[in-house]
Amino acid sequence: MEVVSVSGLRFSYGDGFSIWADSLRVSEGEVLTLLGPNGSGKTTLLKCINSLLQPTSGRILLCGRDIRSYTRSDLAKAVGYVPQSHTPSFPFTVFDVVLMGRISYLSLFQQPSGTDHKKAEEALSTVGISGMRDRVYTNISGGERQLVLIARAIAQEPRLLLLDEPTAHLDFRNQVTTLRTIRRLSRERNIAVVMSLHDPNHALLFSDRIALMKGGKIHMEGRPDEVVDSKTIEEVYGLPVDMVEHSGMRYILPARTDDGP
Amino acid sequence: MTKRKLLVSVLLLLPLPVLVSSLFVGVYSIDPPTVISILIKRLYDPSGSAPWPEVYETIVFNIRMPRVLLALVGGLALSVSGASLQGIFKNPLVDTYILGVSAGAGLGAALGIAYFPGLPGSVQALSFAMGFAAFFTTYTVAKSKGDTPVISLVLAGVIVTALFSALLSIIKFFTESEKLAGVVYWMMGSLAVTGWGPLSQIAPLILAGFAIVFFMRWRINVLSMGDEEAKALGVNVERDRFLVLLASTLMVSAFVSVAGVIGWIGLVVPHTVRMLLGTPDNRVVVPASASLGAIFLMVADDLARSVASFELPVGVITTLVGAPFFLYLLKRRGGSAWK
Repeated sequence: MEVVSVSGLRFSYGDGFSIWADSLRVSEGEVLTLLGPNGSGKTTLLKCINSLLQPTSGRILLCGRDIRSYTRSDLAKAVGYVPQSHTPSFPFTVFDVVLMGRISYLSLFQQPSGTDHKKAEEALSTVGISGMRDRVYTNISGGERQLVLIARAIAQEPRLLLLDEPTAHLDFRNQVTTLRTIRRLSRERNIAVVMSLHDPNHALLFSDRIALMKGGKIHMEGRPDEVVDSKTIEEVYGLPVDMVEHSGMRYILPARTDDGP
Repeated sequence: MTKRKLLVSVLLLLPLPVLVSSLFVGVYSIDPPTVISILIKRLYDPSGSAPWPEVYETIVFNIRMPRVLLALVGGLALSVSGASLQGIFKNPLVDTYILGVSAGAGLGAALGIAYFPGLPGSVQALSFAMGFAAFFTTYTVAKSKGDTPVISLVLAGVIVTALFSALLSIIKFFTESEKLAGVVYWMMGSLAVTGWGPLSQIAPLILAGFAIVFFMRWRINVLSMGDEEAKALGVNVERDRFLVLLASTLMVSAFVSVAGVIGWIGLVVPHTVRMLLGTPDNRVVVPASASLGAIFLMVADDLARSVASFELPVGVITTLVGAPFFLYLLKRRGGSAWK
């Protein structure tokens, strides 16, 4: 079933930078990656899909309903958003942070109940970080924080998960574990995923579909093998690349220059 | 975990014994057993005869009791508003007066003292109204396109404080010296107002503000994560933040209107609670701050009434105790106090 459909979307910051997305669809259990260089409009598009930014024109349907007809809390019950992590001012525990994912289910003067605590525990174990529950969020590493934010989004029980560069600032191992976790959650819970990535190889390995973005526009969109090759990557990133195959998987590498790598 | 629960329980129960023992303190010496007997008699046998002079009962019930209760609700108001504003501003160093409320209340009080000296309640009413006016000015100045970024609120608070302080200076400049002394004394903060009148007027406002913050205390956790994150989690940030700011202003303006500007409590108490309990979770920090704030101001006022042969302004005591204690926390915990 289709979870999100974007049509004729345009957003302008008013300083000359705008993004266009003519058509974009994501279904249950599907991972769509927005791939492109810095400043290509990936984050802006994600924020439009989450109503954090209001598009100038166009329409976004979430589960068949116009996104503008959702209240903020109804939207949070359907869409989990994982921002790029930052350090909050107060040293909440990991569990405190994950529990915050339940706020859209509570009324203005309500405190989280036993059910909410249980859902937060479940989210921790779904992501596989129950052992971290009592650690202080401000003291853990960037990779661990990313997983905590994913657990918080899972506690929202969303149909759609939006992730803004989930691998930014992570080391080699954490990049791969985070992306594996995202793909597993999408499969197990039938969640639609839209994430932005910098690295073409990560996109190749972990996406069902890829939207290549350049200068605020969707350059190409389709299955990884349709969209990613040395020509398209060179067009989008402006860097000559080679494509290699290794044990059935394809990788993008920077092409050799005259004076070395 | 259990150690924290024990600490919280002690903190929540402690205001009662502190309240009772604060009734022992005063210029007129009545020994503690007599005070206790007076309390027991009032509870169980109000019309019976007593072995002590009748004036003792008047002192305990009409002079000391309202004053100690005023300290209790005032300490609660200042520290709860401090805790909630620190969450809203995502900054543990914010004090209750950041929104310009104290400058507004000071201007209002000065107007009352200088121009309506004969009118009963004018100082209190003007001070409360101007405290609120200052808050609304700050909020309106900070708001643009339906959004009120925290940084704009801070800057607007600074501007409004400067503006109201300048107006206060003008009033001071044109006020004759004996009234000027009244303004200066008011600005130092004191609980020396007598009787049940002022207390009965402000206690409902403070309790209303406290109820709002108390029931929104977990929500303040989420608001402290930043606007965009709170929005993405489903919070109506603008509405919720306004409610908490309003509740804080209500509590602080109400208290300041009768007691003047008493500093440091809003900053020191929530901080101490967070360090003592080892958690920033407002589900615990808000009620524990209410309790510790009440204790702190009751004890400070006991000192103000008893250390010298004359009464000291309690605002001076809270600053003299609060500032060095804060310095001690800073040195002992280093930078980790803010992480």
